[in-house]
Amino acid sequence: MLEIKNLHAEVEGQKILRGIDLTIRDGEVHAIMGPNGSGKSTLSYILAGKSDYEITEGEILFNGENLLEMEPDARAAAGVFLAFQYPIEIPGVGTMNFLKTAMNAQRKARGEPELTTPDFMRRVKEAAQTLKVSQDMLKRPLNVGFSGGEKKRMEILQMALLTPSLCVLDETDSGLDIDALRIVSEGVNALRSPERSFLVITHYQRLLDHIVPDVVHVMSKGRIVRTGGKELALELEAKGYADYVSEEAA
Amino acid sequence: MAEATRIRTKAEEALANHFAALASDDAAAEIRNAAFDAFLEKGLPHRRVEDWKYTDLRALVRDVPAPAQPAAFDASRDALARADVFAPLAPARIVFVNGFFVPSLSDTKGIEGDVEFVSLNRFLADGGSFLSRSQLDASESPILALNGAFVRDGAALRIREDAKVARPLEIVSVFAGSEPGLQTMRHQVMVGKGAEVTILQTFSGPDGVAYHTNVVSEVQVEAQAVVRWIVAQEEGDCAIHLNLLVPRLADDVTFDPFTLASGSLVSRNEVRLSFDAEGSSASLRGATVAKGKQLIDNTLVVDHAVPNCASREQFNSAIDGEAHGVFQGKIIVRKHAQKTDGKMMSRALLLSEEAEFANKPELEIFADDVVCGHGATCGQIDEEMLFFLRSRGLDKREAERLLIQAFLSEVVAEIGDEAVAECLDERIRRALGAPASVTVGEAT
Amino acid sequence: MPAVQETIEQVKLLDVDKYKYGFITDVESDLAPKGLNEDIVRLISAKKGEPDWMLEWRLAAFRRWLTMEEPTWARVDYPKIDYQDLHYYAAPKLRATATSLDEIDPEILKTYAKLGIPLKEQEILAGIRKPDGGDVLEEAPGGEYASGRVAVDAVFDSVSVVTTFKKELAKAGVIFMPISEAIREYPDLVRKYLGTVVPASDNYFATLNSAVFSDGSFVYIPKGVRCPMELSTYFRINERNTGQFERTLVIADEGSYVSYLEGCTAPMRDENQLHAAVVELVALDDAEIKYSTVQNWYPGDPEGKGGVYNFVTKRGDCRGRNSKISWTQVETGSAITWKYPSCILRGDNSQGEFYSIAISNGRQQVDSGTKMIHLGKNTSSRIISKGIAAGRSDNTYRGLVSANRRASGARNFTQCDSLLIGDQCGAHTIPYIESKNASAVFEHEATTSKISDDQMFYCLQRGMSQEEAVALIVNGFVRDVLQKLPMEFMAETQRLIGISLEGSVG
Repeated sequence: MLEIKNLHAEVEGQKILRGIDLTIRDGEVHAIMGPNGSGKSTLSYILAGKSDYEITEGEILFNGENLLEMEPDARAAAGVFLAFQYPIEIPGVGTMNFLKTAMNAQRKARGEPELTTPDFMRRVKEAAQTLKVSQDMLKRPLNVGFSGGEKKRMEILQMALLTPSLCVLDETDSGLDIDALRIVSEGVNALRSPERSFLVITHYQRLLDHIVPDVVHVMSKGRIVRTGGKELALELEAKGYADYVSEEAA
Repeated sequence: MAEATRIRTKAEEALANHFAALASDDAAAEIRNAAFDAFLEKGLPHRRVEDWKYTDLRALVRDVPAPAQPAAFDASRDALARADVFAPLAPARIVFVNGFFVPSLSDTKGIEGDVEFVSLNRFLADGGSFLSRSQLDASESPILALNGAFVRDGAALRIREDAKVARPLEIVSVFAGSEPGLQTMRHQVMVGKGAEVTILQTFSGPDGVAYHTNVVSEVQVEAQAVVRWIVAQEEGDCAIHLNLLVPRLADDVTFDPFTLASGSLVSRNEVRLSFDAEGSSASLRGATVAKGKQLIDNTLVVDHAVPNCASREQFNSAIDGEAHGVFQGKIIVRKHAQKTDGKMMSRALLLSEEAEFANKPELEIFADDVVCGHGATCGQIDEEMLFFLRSRGLDKREAERLLIQAFLSEVVAEIGDEAVAECLDERIRRALGAPASVTVGEAT
Repeated sequence: MPAVQETIEQVKLLDVDKYKYGFITDVESDLAPKGLNEDIVRLISAKKGEPDWMLEWRLAAFRRWLTMEEPTWARVDYPKIDYQDLHYYAAPKLRATATSLDEIDPEILKTYAKLGIPLKEQEILAGIRKPDGGDVLEEAPGGEYASGRVAVDAVFDSVSVVTTFKKELAKAGVIFMPISEAIREYPDLVRKYLGTVVPASDNYFATLNSAVFSDGSFVYIPKGVRCPMELSTYFRINERNTGQFERTLVIADEGSYVSYLEGCTAPMRDENQLHAAVVELVALDDAEIKYSTVQNWYPGDPEGKGGVYNFVTKRGDCRGRNSKISWTQVETGSAITWKYPSCILRGDNSQGEFYSIAISNGRQQVDSGTKMIHLGKNTSSRIISKGIAAGRSDNTYRGLVSANRRASGARNFTQCDSLLIGDQCGAHTIPYIESKNASAVFEHEATTSKISDDQMFYCLQRGMSQEEAVALIVNGFVRDVLQKLPMEFMAETQRLIGISLEGSVG
């Protein structure tokens, strides 16, 4: 599904990623853990196509296609979804209007017919129920006045409705209490399937208790410094990142 | 001739000729002469006149067409078909075509008990008493001076005391025909004590015709009345549109004017509001969509002459193409107008390399116990929002359109009447070049 | 809060004579006859021993001025000025040209000492003058000088009387001298820059200045030089019925830096004194100029009698890439202030700043602000203006921020706050914000309010008097700007705020 080869990236001349290699196959769940500032969020933004980063070396193939050459909306239509660490508030854009516009834009790009209003309503209603997203939230402008937990649930709701093939979750657990974490994780787990892959970026192990990964990577100073099974996450939780930070420094 | 020395431009010369050609047996001749004299004194305003710094009529108005003639019925009816902004509200309608009241196209059913209406040309015939009753001084504004000189018709409306007018009332102005003309209207509205009413004022006309519209509305709002005054200016793309709204508020009034401006080549939407008694509040808002070579000017003067009043001014503008947007807002707080609360905000989005915007928010304050402020911003569409939308699959154009729509709708939503807001949102969508929307309601 | 305490004491001390600097120096002076005509212009030029091109420049300005009309757009009101009823040249009678302090009239030196200007002391510190070197001066009263090293050019009425630290500055290649001298000694340099930022035809008062300016300061900082000390000019109007027309020209060559301070006082006079100065700043590539003013001209008495008309044109040209010009002003004096220190952001990546405190009391009228003209790419500007109106004064902020079509990436932030003390004064905010470039981002905020009753009550409850509380709160209100001032001016400003607002509450 996703192949990242020797990816180097910088912002305003400052190197953030220094050679990332990562392959995710269909249906796999990968977790990337690492200390703050290791470049985890940068990687997620680069996958989604944010223009602030300069790719100085390397490539990203998504189902064999060169992802870096695609516009952000083309990537979305091709099946890349980023659940933002800080979802953007858009005053004046009603949530329902936003959802419908996004779903139809992707359908259009894929050559599928637009959703009828009843069909759209049914899908939103189902997903909203699972994720405990209230009618009131759906009526408000997108993310405006939402709590941290509400924003994250709204991200997962969009993920459910847009049916992507690669889901990138950027610190989705940050700012969530234990109940919200459970709801969000259940939402994610419900979407797991052999055709859908996940890249879960997190600082803490606790999210991985709920969303159990196949592979865990440790990232530090712009590189993946260790890769292992889900037990690696537990080890990190116990020992912290100190080893990786100092190892790099040495 | 004395006039000749005062005429500076071709447009002024045209105005002088048209004025001279007006029927001299007009009973209001004396008032007209005084008004035209006031106009000639200063002529068309230009950039060195502070109030018109950014809307230089001397440069923008090359010629002025002769006063328009009444249109034939069929042409009037066809022209009216496009004036459908508020059709979903099924408002009562007082229709003016080319500046003349057309009873056969008007409809005031169901509001007769609450609203008295008389066409003003009746008063013109008997000596223009309404003009002489007007408290406006023609020398204060070139719009007003020209209006006094050329006015042919208008609406005199009285909303009865304590009337709760359920059906909105629309004052429609359409221009009909393919020949340019000058249409001039004066409305006088009296809202009785404790009355509640929504007045809609719409303007439309054909593209490609360089007609002129000049309209002045004097509104006297009595105590405890609640008034929404919604303007939708969708004039044809070659029109010159000059609109002056002068509300005077008694005590404990709520008066909320809104202006959607998307039409005309050059338009000036000016509101001069004064608080004459305590305890009132006014929210002046507007949304502007300009493109091509349009110039759209929103000018406000809010005069807090008495204590304990509150005003809000909020205008959002989206400027595309080579268009120019102008916002001038002045909050005056006079001596002794203590406890005044005034907040003004003007925000502009520039959507193309050639678009321009001028912001001039002013505070003029002579009382100390006040809370007043203003803000102004000018810039581009927020990059973060744009990326977010694109990451959800919207292409660049659609994401931009959605954000511009949201930016403008934000002010529309503040009107606090969903039905009215929906009508305006739909027109904004249209002005932004989007297909008509499918309303997405609540999941049921 | 020592500053507040100082303020309070200052106010008490000055209870009778509120205006600290309202003394008159008794010194013989050389006065041109009243009135303005070409002969006066020639006389001024001749007194200065100017080259022909300078005289021609003045005459052209004078002829131009005759065709101009006095501007009326500002929110100020004053009786018509009779330009023929003024002296256009007044100089203290010198024993030839002063080359050292010995030759300066001791009365003048005493005046500057009263103003707290460290002329003599600084020279001693600098080693130019030995303490035992036959000092003819008595120790000036109140001669405790600031400890920072500041080179001073002192302008008395229309004439620069002394410039300190010349030699040490010369070592660094810095030229700091009266402009009259610079015209003679560095004609090419002056000619290259004079009138290029404020053209002789710019506006009524600037054109008048171009015709009759008599002196002022000239500064040139060579390439790559960081000026080793603060430069300072003190202006003093002394003579009756005199117009003061200084001309200041500061040039910061590539990669250089200079901080320049300007202070102004005038004696108490019943009649109005006219002051129409022009300041031009030029910053070339990577250069930075910081220009600070404390303006404390005599404001007139509480009924509005007397006081200085301060009609000043100040403009900086960020001509080079990455250049920066920063204006900081504290305006507490003058009957009328008409002043808009501006920045032309011509070089790519150039920056302009304007930090202002304007206090008006009594019958003072202030119409002041700035212009930030964005012409180059990625230019940025910042405006912080704090206006305080008390008594029966009017205080107007008037500002322009504009982005030219090619000024892509321009940024401006403006914060403009007004504070009203009492219900007889007015505070006005008139910003013009004009964007002709879609990528320009302008943000403007303004507020007007009074001192909050809660804050006042809190201070009073803690034992402060009304005036102490007002001084404290106003000092807090202007804090953002205060911090931008050089150290020497900060304490002075805090004192001035207290003095200026004396009598505003009660």
